[in-house]
This record gives sequence, C-alpha cells and structure tokens, in this order.
Amino acid sequence: MVKEDKLKVSLCSLELKNPVIPASGTFGFGLEMAGTYDLNVLGGISLKGSTLEPRFGNPCPRIAETPGGMINAVGLQNPGVEVLVTEKVPALRKIYGGCIIANISGFSIEEYVKTCSRSAQCPDIDIIEVNISCPNVHGGGMAFGTSPEAAAQVTAAVKAACPSKPVFIKLSPNVSDIVAIARACEDAGADGLTLVNTLLGMRIDIRRRRPVIANKYGGFSGRAIFPLALSMVNQVAHAVSIPVMGCGGVSSAQDVVEMMMAGATAVQVGAENLVNPMVCKEIVEQLPALMESLGITDIKDIIGIV
Amino acid sequence: MLKADYIITENRSIADGVYLMTLRGDTSAIKKAGQFADVAIEGYFLRRPLAVTEWDAEKFSMVYKVVGEGTAKMALMKEGQSLNVLTGLGNGWNAEAASSAALVVCGGIGASPCFSLVKDLVGRGVKTTVVLGYNRACDIILEQEYRALGAEVIVATMDGSRGIKGLVTDAIAQEKPEFDYFYTCGPKPMMKAVCDALADASGEVSLEERMGCGCGICYGCTCHTTEGARRVCADGPVFRKEEVIW
Repeated sequence: MVKEDKLKVSLCSLELKNPVIPASGTFGFGLEMAGTYDLNVLGGISLKGSTLEPRFGNPCPRIAETPGGMINAVGLQNPGVEVLVTEKVPALRKIYGGCIIANISGFSIEEYVKTCSRSAQCPDIDIIEVNISCPNVHGGGMAFGTSPEAAAQVTAAVKAACPSKPVFIKLSPNVSDIVAIARACEDAGADGLTLVNTLLGMRIDIRRRRPVIANKYGGFSGRAIFPLALSMVNQVAHAVSIPVMGCGGVSSAQDVVEMMMAGATAVQVGAENLVNPMVCKEIVEQLPALMESLGITDIKDIIGIV
Repeated sequence: MLKADYIITENRSIADGVYLMTLRGDTSAIKKAGQFADVAIEGYFLRRPLAVTEWDAEKFSMVYKVVGEGTAKMALMKEGQSLNVLTGLGNGWNAEAASSAALVVCGGIGASPCFSLVKDLVGRGVKTTVVLGYNRACDIILEQEYRALGAEVIVATMDGSRGIKGLVTDAIAQEKPEFDYFYTCGPKPMMKAVCDALADASGEVSLEERMGCGCGICYGCTCHTTEGARRVCADGPVFRKEEVIW
C-alpha cells in the first residue's frame, strides 16, 4: 500500500501532506466544516475570498444549476481583511496545522496591495492567493486578469508588498490566451499560479423570462468544466517554471491524478464541495489505493508527466 | 451534518403535486424540528434542500412539492431505491419559546417543516392552534395528521372550498386563537402578513432561499437581517421575526 508520506507535495518552500485543497469560496473559512470532520486530513485550505472592506455581496438568487455544474454570483461576501487576519485565520490555526491560503480580491491595485500586505502580516497565513479572476463583481476582479499587462501590474505590486510570503495569482479562464497572462505573472514575480477560476455563465428562467441569477451572470463551475481547466493547466504548467495549483471541475481522486499529470503540483476542489461537503476528505482517503492501482509510488512523480 | 444513503420505504402523492417520501437509515444527525435534508438526485448537480416533516430512530419523512425537474424525478422514485442525503441541516425551531399556548401558521408546503414542531409542542402540553392556508381544498396537506397530533386546526382557502374563505390572517382575525408565541412557514408574503398582523406578539419564521451547499460553506443563500448578513441554510432557516428584513 502507498504510504501516507508518498502523498506529500512541495509548494514553493512549503510542504503539504497531500495535494488536496478545497478551493476558495467553496469551503467558507474552514471553520464552518470543523464540526463535520478533522480538517487536518487536508493538504491546504483556500479561504473564502476577502477584500479590504466587509462586503454583503450580491442579492439572491446567487445560485443556479446547470448540467454537470452550477453558476454562482455570491459576489465576494466577506467580513473584510481585518476580521480575516484577527479572527478567522487564528481560529482556524487553532484546529488546523496544514497550509492556510488567504484568497484576496480588490477593486484597484492600491486595494490589492493594502489587503495582501495586511494578510502577509498574519503569521498563520502561509500563501497569499490573489484573485484577479472573479467574474461576479463590477469594476474589478476579473478586469485585472484578462490582460497580461494588468495582471503583471497587480502581481508586481502585491509581490513588492509581500516579499516574505509565497504569492499565487489565480487566473481567469475567460481569456483568449491564458499562457500569455501566466507568463506575465511569472515575469512580474509571482511565486505560483492557481487556475482556473469560474467561467462566465448564465441561465434564464423561461417562464419568468428573466435570468435565474439576480446579478444576471455568474461564475460557471463544476464537473462540466474539468476538461477545459485541465487543458489550461496543461498549457500553463508547461510554459512556466513556477508551481501551478490546478482547479476547475475536480470531483474525484482520479481527477486529482489527471490534474497532476497535466502539470499541477497541488489540486483545488471547488464546486464539488457544495454537492458533497466530505469530498476532499474522501479524495485524500481514496488516493493511496488509486495510486497503487496505477503503479504510482510517489505522487510527486506524476506532476507534469503528460 | 451527516451524509448517508437511505432506502425509500414510501413515496406517494398526498395532494396535487405534493408527495410524501419516507427514508430508512441513520437519523442520528436530525436534532430539531424545522431542520432540513439535502437530497442528491441522479443527473442533477446540486442537491435539493427539503424540510424534514417527521423522524424517529429508524426513518424520516419529507413532504415535498414538485417545483422543477429534480423534484419531478424524485416523485417518480420507487420503494427500495436508494438516495444519498445530507441530514441535520439548519437550526430548527425554538419549540421551548412557547410556554402555554402556541400558534402555528402554515401556507402551502410550509405545513411540512412545522409538523414535528407541533408534535413537540403538543407533547410538552402546550395548547397548539395550527392555521393551514391553501388556495383550494384539494391543495390541503397534513390536516388530519395535525388533528391526530392533538392540535386545534383552522383551515383557510382562497376559493372558500373548505374552511374559512380568505387568507390565514383572515382566519386568525376571525377565530382569535389564544397563544403566547407564534411560528410561521409559507410563502414570504404570507409570513410577512402574519408578522404584520401579529406585530405585538413574539414569534419566528422559517425562510427559504435558493441554496448551493445547504451547509454554510458557499454563502449562496445569504439574506440581510437586522443582525447582519445571515446564511439561510446554516444560520437559519428559522429566524426570530424581529431579525427578518422583509
């Protein structure tokens, strides 16, 4: 049987006990799940996207279903970075020893810098994940993630403000050339990349003749986007030399292996948590037997082999 | 919260478009009346959050309305089939808030999450009046079951085909039931009208919202309350009437 330490992966200078990480926005601040299972089975946790100021987010309905997935327009509801670093993260650290990833959004470069540098002061935060790809807020978010120049500007500014922490940039799939944006982030000093965020999507209630989601459009995620995410991870991972966290439609241990073969060093599980809140734990438990059946002795060996 | 597989022991229509499903399995996570379950339906990505109507040590039941493809598929399921369900979701009613007499006002499928509440209330010796509001006589659900629990039942129908003709608030105004605390679940305009009509009384409401996870991790069902942003699934679905911003 594959030993537990054969699930370890390294992200920048951090060692994760396994590559499985619930993706931002699909696992709250971790604390919400603390009563359901021991979070220490997880390699890392990417926390709910946070901004400088508290935000209510968008009106309801925020959720719509699609074949094989869903659309959300939560709109970055969060209590603000101050609550993140003084309450949420310290509370999580008390019960969780793995990698804590703060996911940060902003509406201007100045705001990204302020919020990221405040997060970087928190000793319990291991990685800053900069979200330049949220499709659900106006005047920001994804606007920074759709051009190589803007992505590079945010990256350089944030990295300059957080020299001591690994900075990952979370990329949008809603672009014509994700490799160009990934390279621009790497050149601007990013320590790693997370991809992909959600695709812009929509559903219409044909009886009421209006969008299902109050915000009209939302971020499309879930199993249906896995092949798209996989191809983007594969293209990017082979074009850059910094680590990639693969994300998008991952729902099983098989998907984790596929993402890693495509080039991901760690794998984030997103919408599937909403369907099965135990899925990350189940994937971690299933990985050794799957590796055994595939002749994988150490999970690190498969990163980028395809 | 518990995720487990359950065996369908019963799934039958009890009114036009309304079904009763009983599932056998582990009910240990269900702690309070007014909680809900989140049902996985094959072929549909998200689960369907449905109120738990009644439960015991071996089984639980849900009275549900067919409102879309997922619940339509559920209605076709047969005894012996298996369903994966999350149970023990939501906060549930504060049955202890009523001391000697309770008023429970239900509209439509809102009669479902109130059922175990009334069972609790009556069991504690609280004199309980249940007002059931429907459009037509053929829509009425659980009336006999509520009577069998020992509650006083008042029925109101919009078309007057049974009970008092009019709204639940008309029935309350006419019958003037005695109570020291009220509970309501039904369409939002109905609950608002009930809270307005009973402005001097204390009570609580059970809200509904389109949900993602059903367990508080996605923030997909957040509403504004006087206490700030609250998730209907995990902070609710039951809120004190003072907290609700209509």
